[in-house]
Amino acid sequence: MEAEALKQEILSIEPSMVFEEGGQFINGGIESTVLSALMKELRDRPTLAFDYLVCLTCVDYKTHFTMFYQLRSLTHRHELVIKAKISNIEHPAIDSVTSLWRTADFHEREVFDLFGVKFYGHPDLRRIFLDENWPGFPLRKNYEDANMIEL
Amino acid sequence: MLLDQDHITEDGEFIINIGPQHPSTHGVLHLKVWLDGETVKKCEPHLGYIHRSIEKMCESLSYRQYIFTTSRMDYLSAHINNQACALAVEQGLQVEVPERAKVIRTILAELTRLASHALWWGCMGLDLGAVTPFFYAFREREMINDIMEESCGARLTQNFIVPGGLMMDVHPNFVQKTKELVKLFRANIHEYDELLSGNVIFQQRTQGVGPLSKADAISFGTSGAVARASGVSCDVRKHYPYDAYDRVQFKEIISEGGDSWARYLVRIEEMKQSFDIIEQLIDSIPEGEIVGKTKAVIKLPKGEFYSRVETARGELGVMLVSDGGSTPYRVKFRSPNFSNLSALGHMVKGAKIGDLVAIMATLDLVIPDVDR
Repeated sequence: MEAEALKQEILSIEPSMVFEEGGQFINGGIESTVLSALMKELRDRPTLAFDYLVCLTCVDYKTHFTMFYQLRSLTHRHELVIKAKISNIEHPAIDSVTSLWRTADFHEREVFDLFGVKFYGHPDLRRIFLDENWPGFPLRKNYEDANMIEL
Repeated sequence: MLLDQDHITEDGEFIINIGPQHPSTHGVLHLKVWLDGETVKKCEPHLGYIHRSIEKMCESLSYRQYIFTTSRMDYLSAHINNQACALAVEQGLQVEVPERAKVIRTILAELTRLASHALWWGCMGLDLGAVTPFFYAFREREMINDIMEESCGARLTQNFIVPGGLMMDVHPNFVQKTKELVKLFRANIHEYDELLSGNVIFQQRTQGVGPLSKADAISFGTSGAVARASGVSCDVRKHYPYDAYDRVQFKEIISEGGDSWARYLVRIEEMKQSFDIIEQLIDSIPEGEIVGKTKAVIKLPKGEFYSRVETARGELGVMLVSDGGSTPYRVKFRSPNFSNLSALGHMVKGAKIGDLVAIMATLDLVIPDVDR
């Protein structure tokens, strides 16, 4: 499917989506609250069929968090990046997509570990790399550690 | 002192910990395994023993420096990791990479893949109790490492790539030595088949062991030989060509088997494809510059830049988020091993504990790449 047609199709599912100009992939920005319904439709609709979750990650923009979901369709060979904005920086949380793509299990645990973003509906949300008692979340921009040295 | 209830569940399942110090986990991987007799009921990887937070470190390094930290992720594909990082920066800079650099990068990447697969093949035999293959594999691997040492100055962590091209030109012996290697490797590869592939004990220990269906392979986000052995077409070199892969002819090896045997065969066939790629390029390395023009201090425009390459283990993705400064705002590595490992718990369910080792061997895990 051509990029424009793909955008229109996705807009018909989620009218609030804002597409960015330029960029390597089609970048669609949404609010974190509408994520799970959209993702289910993106995977299950045959014309879209985003069956492969390449990667999901988080970026701390200080005023908000943004979750990046890089999706790929192995049948249609098209790609999409969904950027879900999480405005609550005190207690960031978003719906889990583990039930749609099982690879999200490990990736969401990683984001939980390093950013402190909670995932609703994740079956086993524990820290994946760091110790259970580790203070703070290292990949946040305001993270401080007594042993850190300025480079 | 450990009591019975500490390692036996209410259902009578016995819990053991394999690793983090265990030869068959190829690094500091810790598996918590629930056993009923010898049958694996559940397997849970515990990670983080070699977590260095490379993504955090990269945030304080320049775009030239951050490439070198990635040699320490998947150290068996160090060169290909560097390539992915350089491609992401080049994507942001829109710099033209000279043809010579592109071709040499591709040849070195294929040499790296051969070295990595050779090591995997030797270790696979070792894991299943055959010691001899290890020495055969290292015979060819040593030659590749010698070529790397001569040109790049290092045998394992090459760090030969800079944004825009290569750090320096290759050694004058490079072409001749590479040709000799490919010729010898091609002549010797039948020994690999005779030693392991044709071995009945080896076949029985891998055929039908650790099946992964196509749907599961996609759902778990696996890539590389693991996914291709389950019938998923996912070779980045084929679908999203980078550097010189658009000008070479090679086959994407796909098998429908889905078991450990299929994964084994896919990697063996991939080695033969690597010979073809190198042979097509080695005689036609263009003359000219080895690095494109970049500023001394690289600054990327605001935005996100992605690149992806096919390492020896699967798809490595790099995402750079730039705020316009001289260091990345955020770096994310989509590591192939991390996703492949997430399928392990599913694959070993119902297998015997001895098969756990065979399944892990065919996943070809490199733990520093999982933990990053």
